[in-house]
Amino acid sequence: MSLTLAPAPVSGADRLDLVRAKALGIRRCAFTMVHDAQLGHPGGDFSAADVLASLYFGVMRYDPSEPRHPDRDRFIMSKGHCTGAFYSVLALAGYFPEAQLKTYMQPLSKLNGHPNRNYLPGIETNTGPLGHGLPVAVGIAIAGKLTGKDYRTFVLTGDGELQEGSNWEAAMAAGHHKLNRLTVIVDRNRLQQGDRTEATNGLDPLDDKWRAFGFHVEMIDGHDHAALLNVLGADPSGRDRPLCVIANTIKGKGVSFMEDNVSWHHGVPNAEQFAQAMKELI
Amino acid sequence: MSAAPHSASEFDAGLHDCRDTFARTLESLAEADERIVVVVNDSVGSSKLGGFKKRWPERTINVGIAEQNMVGVGAGLANGGKIPFVSCASCFLTGRALEQVKADVAYSNTNVKLCGQSPGIAYGELGPTHHSIEDLAWLRPLTNLLTIVPSDPQEMEAALRFAAAYEGPVFVRVSRYPVPAVPHTRAGLEPGKAEVLRAGDDVAILAHGVMLSRALAAADRLAAEGVSARVVNMAWMNPLDVGAVIDAAATGAVVTVEEASVRGGLGGAVAETLALNRPVPMEMVGFPGFVPTGSVDFLFEHFGLTAAGISAAALKAIGRKGR
Repeated sequence: MSLTLAPAPVSGADRLDLVRAKALGIRRCAFTMVHDAQLGHPGGDFSAADVLASLYFGVMRYDPSEPRHPDRDRFIMSKGHCTGAFYSVLALAGYFPEAQLKTYMQPLSKLNGHPNRNYLPGIETNTGPLGHGLPVAVGIAIAGKLTGKDYRTFVLTGDGELQEGSNWEAAMAAGHHKLNRLTVIVDRNRLQQGDRTEATNGLDPLDDKWRAFGFHVEMIDGHDHAALLNVLGADPSGRDRPLCVIANTIKGKGVSFMEDNVSWHHGVPNAEQFAQAMKELI
Repeated sequence: MSAAPHSASEFDAGLHDCRDTFARTLESLAEADERIVVVVNDSVGSSKLGGFKKRWPERTINVGIAEQNMVGVGAGLANGGKIPFVSCASCFLTGRALEQVKADVAYSNTNVKLCGQSPGIAYGELGPTHHSIEDLAWLRPLTNLLTIVPSDPQEMEAALRFAAAYEGPVFVRVSRYPVPAVPHTRAGLEPGKAEVLRAGDDVAILAHGVMLSRALAAADRLAAEGVSARVVNMAWMNPLDVGAVIDAAATGAVVTVEEASVRGGLGGAVAETLALNRPVPMEMVGFPGFVPTGSVDFLFEHFGLTAAGISAAALKAIGRKGR
């Protein structure tokens, strides 16, 4: 059985409208979850929301009714703390009912603070400790080459996460094996838990680093759906190397008082802040 | 096994390097199942996988000296439908990549086979950086990571065949130190079951891996002194055969023997089981911590991982009965 885009393909302006609506839906779902649980990482949920919406509603091939289909495109949420956004996109994509989002981090919920592939469909590997997603993605991409499958493998990392050395072990292997069907997306919001990345352990020039490890690099606005669809959706067949998309984003994007504010890494809203945010997320 | 004092020369006849069996068995499995691949950290030679690489270069994934990536790549290969045997010196596999073993393999419950090469003090004079006496303690809380410590070629082959057929994470400790074939009472490895190799009523010696033949030699020595020692093969560290441990306590005294730290490995597992079920005097033979410089044989002698040392520990445990 071959896989098609899910949901059913739409094109052009309709596609952009769909992605825009889903990105908004991710933000509203995620912030509601974080508000209700009084736990979570909403700043990073919001910086990643547009990347996730673009992948799941404009780029990836998958069938939520057959989540381990061997030909599926794989997505790995290496920044595993951003489950507000990740669970939301999985629910919106049809992997499980949206009603289940209400159980986020409640006792015995399947929606643990960090994703568990044995709890929920649509999760490829358990993340949480940083620097774990890319090595697994490299293994998936090597397996695809060995078996001659044409699935693509996407991994979304944080930017602060790139301070973990395991990413660069994996990047070296990806370049060495010329894994052209592998795409790394860096959520480049320039903030980590405690401070700006460049004030902590600087990553710039980040594009040069990935190029030096054998990647083709694209730097785009990570909130520009058209740019995301264009770059992520491009056929990788003609490429002879893996792709790194540095998605320049704003932590807390979409809510005025959260944008580019480090305190919203794992800050949670009170009732007033929640109401204000929901007014802005329309 | 003779009752003569143990020395390295005792086993000179018919000794085996389990890595040879490891390599031969993997090739046999790979012939039959194209899903089987190996993942190494520049350890083709030390894992004796040169033959495998020659036959299947594309199925030999050498990530270079990068153990964290090696284990993650293994998990990814399993996601893509492969059956990866990740083979690396046990000290680096379980030490350097412990978080990947925990999160990507055990917690994710992926179909990855971890092969800890040259464990224990196999690297002798190279010292504690290269020893892997902590691996069993580090892995034991990962309850879904089935853990096997083969004692000889027969168990080595059985462990790999089990691992290939089993859907889920497995760790196999692949010893390097030459061992004799142990006179097993069973053909392969009954999953999760201990094997009583020798009956006895005064004390029970529980051992695995390289130490199993030495435990049998110790029982011979004890027999010469009129002491009846049971010898139990604990090849399965996880799941532990709790019933066999409780049965062993019926002798009134228990000794564990492992080429590992006495903290947290087989000794720890047996001590927990006895404390909860049937406390009896117990002695643990193994290494107390980082060991000094010396050859493998020197270190085995120095710390009493010998027939003489094991039998002395057995007599000590027996002497504590009823106190």
